[in-house]
Amino acid sequence: MPETLIPALDELARVYEKARRDPTFRAELGDYLRHYVGRPTPLYYAERLTKKLGGAKIYLKREDLCHTGAHKINNTIGQALLTRRMGKPRVIAETGAGQHGVAVATVAALFGLQCEVYMGTEDMERQALNVFRMRLLGSTVTRVDVGSRTLKDAISEAMRDWTTNVRTTHYILGSVLGAHPYPMMIRDFQSVIGRETRKQILQAEGKLPDYLVACVGGGSNAIGLFTPFLKDKRVKMVGVEAGGLGIASGKHAARFATGSVGVLQGTMTYLLQDDDGQIQLTHSVSAGLDYAAVGPEHAYYKEGGRIAYTAATDEEALAAFDLLTQTEGIMPALEPAHAIAHVVKLAPTLKRRQVMVMNLSGRGDKDVQQVARLKGVSL
Amino acid sequence: MAGDPSLEDTESYVLQLVKAGADIIELGVPFSDPIADGPVIQQAAERALRAGTTLRKILAMARSLRAKTQVPLVLMTYYNPIFRYGEAAFCRDAMAAGVDGVIVPDMPPDEAGTLRPLAEKAGLDVIFLLAPTSTAKRQVTVARLSHGFIYYVSLTGITGATLMDKAGVGKNVREIRRYTTTPVVVGFGIATPDDARQVAQVADGIIVGSALVKVIAEGDRSTATDRLAAFTRSLKAATLPS
Repeated sequence: MPETLIPALDELARVYEKARRDPTFRAELGDYLRHYVGRPTPLYYAERLTKKLGGAKIYLKREDLCHTGAHKINNTIGQALLTRRMGKPRVIAETGAGQHGVAVATVAALFGLQCEVYMGTEDMERQALNVFRMRLLGSTVTRVDVGSRTLKDAISEAMRDWTTNVRTTHYILGSVLGAHPYPMMIRDFQSVIGRETRKQILQAEGKLPDYLVACVGGGSNAIGLFTPFLKDKRVKMVGVEAGGLGIASGKHAARFATGSVGVLQGTMTYLLQDDDGQIQLTHSVSAGLDYAAVGPEHAYYKEGGRIAYTAATDEEALAAFDLLTQTEGIMPALEPAHAIAHVVKLAPTLKRRQVMVMNLSGRGDKDVQQVARLKGVSL
Repeated sequence: MAGDPSLEDTESYVLQLVKAGADIIELGVPFSDPIADGPVIQQAAERALRAGTTLRKILAMARSLRAKTQVPLVLMTYYNPIFRYGEAAFCRDAMAAGVDGVIVPDMPPDEAGTLRPLAEKAGLDVIFLLAPTSTAKRQVTVARLSHGFIYYVSLTGITGATLMDKAGVGKNVREIRRYTTTPVVVGFGIATPDDARQVAQVADGIIVGSALVKVIAEGDRSTATDRLAAFTRSLKAATLPS
């Protein structure tokens, strides 16, 4: 990270360290999560899907039912409270699918903060509805028309804004990426997902799940679900990356499939890069998974073997989108549709007494236009 | 920016800059995701990458330059291209090519634990940056660890931004000098002879990047060296005592 930002990162680490041990902060955060976000979210037994796949019992952690429609708000509420503690009047953010941008615009409205969201022009097209939602919430959405015009470039542009306005502005990063303390702090804020799941599954099944499955872009919903189970050696965990048009096509965002270690935007992790260390273009039907790097903690668990990683293609994700919508009446976002695609492959290979939990990290309303376009339907 | 529009052009630009009075040459290594750079350098990097520029080819050009000039050569590169090249191999090859130092804008000393000793062993200066936001404690650390010179970032922002607070630059440079005898050189936002004059009065040197890239990009390729030479002479004249 550039020198200009180091003092701000140090300050954030200090403020967060203090806040996480402060009962007042924890109570305040808990209050917002309960009464504003709508937590705890249900752990739903998907009976028809289970029967249809004919294997393990499938539970869905319903993060799609959070206020604003995705898990992203668990983190933005936390960071907005920290922004207030730091006395900064302005927040900025990057967004890919627009879910994080909406979650930031929402808390900015809630706390009376000025807000600017950076978004790649390609993503703005894919997620036009979320762009308008952010504007309705009073935020400025700024086009990023450089590089790949997606999430990666939106992050770079947000970092440039932060470098320029660091004294008055907090950067609400949306995933477990960037420099310390971001990956740790965002993991902590998202771990509420796994803590609730643990309690709920013990209540429902009287035992821990055999499998946890979640999609991995930066990886915040996945790390949030997985973290409270890491010490439970018998709980297997699978992160699902975007396989795009297939790994062999080269058009994907499966960092663990073909990537190598490098440094991007303040993080050392697995990257899609060429032999000269230039970051490569990625492709996914889902804007939220379309990113060249993965959270560094995922890289750590990948190397240690604690978490397994796989990929689902655009086509598989779209089929899974249809399947969940028509079997359970739940329309998933295209990001968790990748996780469902893996559930479709995995569940039938398991025994009926085995239990899996999939993180349904966001709802699909935002993707309806995109899905229509992919199906060749004009609305 | 090395390789914008081609490495052959860059080589002739460098020789022209030296003739026109540049004391040190900073060669930009293009990177796909330059988080500390404004649009001028970003676009130059995109052009250079499209032209097939790589760190390896830039080192080959540096070697060729070294045969023609003794001017100090400093590479300005983000960390990932070095990491991918291999830190030890990079230090060795850069030294062999006649490169004198390296500036890594996304690598503060806190994160230079592996590169710094390797560079030191090879005899390559690692130049660290200080910014208006740096605390006194960081000023002490960077002043101690930066070799060759200290790169003081004149403004809270990215390359190519407008430098408003020139008085603040003087104050901070004086502050840094309390901790070191290493020269303090100021960059970011120096775009005109007038900027150069004012900043040169308070610093040991000035760094001009975006403004030169602009001179190259805006205008006909065949006259770029002449435009560069004229602009550099005007900057140089502004820094000399009148």
